[in-house]
Amino acid sequence: MQPIVKLEHAKKSFGDNEVLKDISLTVNKGDVLAIIGPSGGGKSTLLRCLTLLETLDAGDLSYGDLEVTKTDASGKAVYGGKDVLKQARTKFGLVFQNFNLFPHYTVIKNVTDAPINVQKRDKAEALAAGRALLEKMGLAEKEDMVPCELSGGQQQRVAIARALAMNPDVLFFDEPTSALDPELTQDVLKVIRELAAEKMTMVIVTHEMNFARDVADYLIFMDGGVIVEQGRAEDVINNPQQERTRAFLSKYEEE
Amino acid sequence: MLEILFSGFLFTAQIFITTLIGALPLGVIVALCRMSKFKPLALITRGYISIMRGTPLMLQLMAWAYGPYYLFGLSMGADWKFVACSIGFILNYAAYFAEIYRSGIQSIPKGQYEAASVLGYTRAQTFMKIVLPQVIKRILPAMGNEIITLVKDTSLAFVLGIMEMFSQAKALASSQVSMLPYLLAGAIYWVFNLVVEMALVRIEKKLSYYHD
Repeated sequence: MQPIVKLEHAKKSFGDNEVLKDISLTVNKGDVLAIIGPSGGGKSTLLRCLTLLETLDAGDLSYGDLEVTKTDASGKAVYGGKDVLKQARTKFGLVFQNFNLFPHYTVIKNVTDAPINVQKRDKAEALAAGRALLEKMGLAEKEDMVPCELSGGQQQRVAIARALAMNPDVLFFDEPTSALDPELTQDVLKVIRELAAEKMTMVIVTHEMNFARDVADYLIFMDGGVIVEQGRAEDVINNPQQERTRAFLSKYEEE
Repeated sequence: MLEILFSGFLFTAQIFITTLIGALPLGVIVALCRMSKFKPLALITRGYISIMRGTPLMLQLMAWAYGPYYLFGLSMGADWKFVACSIGFILNYAAYFAEIYRSGIQSIPKGQYEAASVLGYTRAQTFMKIVLPQVIKRILPAMGNEIITLVKDTSLAFVLGIMEMFSQAKALASSQVSMLPYLLAGAIYWVFNLVVEMALVRIEKKLSYYHD
């Protein structure tokens, strides 16, 4: 079976700062992959490259059988044309740390505007699908509100609904609870747990170690632009093999 | 007397509306050119804005009205002054509007563009649906300032011999040796601006359903 996401030998620098040094990862259908590691370790950049917000310097990236970028003979990443990128964007969704909802749109419009105007889906069908998603997020009665009237946790759930409304093959999360206080964090984590139970393919950058252990099948620990350790989530968190992983995880236990 | 002033007011209102209809959309285009990644275009636009803002509007109006004859010996007909007046006002105000649009566009967080990109919006859709509506809310107070200034700037058309309200007031004042026409004209400008202010408040209220 084709993996949903396949990234090989990804490299990315900002000026002299090498942020990603030869990263490879594969996400199969139904997998939940958690990425943990210290700030500045390259997690966010990795996610931004996967979601085409940044371009790789080198590496091969494909979604299913769609080849997005391939390293040429000189070692540089060559991206596909506009059509390829457009198609690639239909394969994934991204949930941001600070939500990035459209403040001038109501909740339901945030969720249905792209399905209607980007995917050109039937209005009534998109609306029904959007409402079903909001219902699932526990936000059924909020559809006519604007984001500023919602709590952070509610906003983040709208953002998850917005991403899911596009029916992506894989959903990326970039520290989805870092901007939330602990109580609201739980609401969002609960929703992600439910998605995991439904076998939604997900890649989650997170600082919530217990959550990562519970919800993720696989886990990657990144530091200094490399994957230091990876494996089954439980194994890596309960029984880390690398000194750097151990040092990182011990800081969380102290808290 | 009021009748004559009102006949002038029609020209005043016409200049005002023509300028807004032309300069509000043109300002967006100028702002986008000014921010273009294509350097020559950005540079030319910067020059244009600099000249429009750096020289008197009165001088610009005269240049458009008399330039064709003085520079090229073209006689443009009696109605040319109205066209010249529109060109002068629209190009001048588009430059001011462009800088206000630019400040608004640059204040929109990067995350809005990123969210739109991931959802697959095209660049045009992102600008028209996501960015511009938010920009309008943010720049409304600054725009209000310019629009109110425009009401008063319409009086500059007197240098082209267009009989707008100020020209009429001036003619009346000198023929009747009276201050009254100026007072009345001033009052009409002020009332006009009250209406403009009320309209602006209304739009602001309409856009206050959200904050960010």
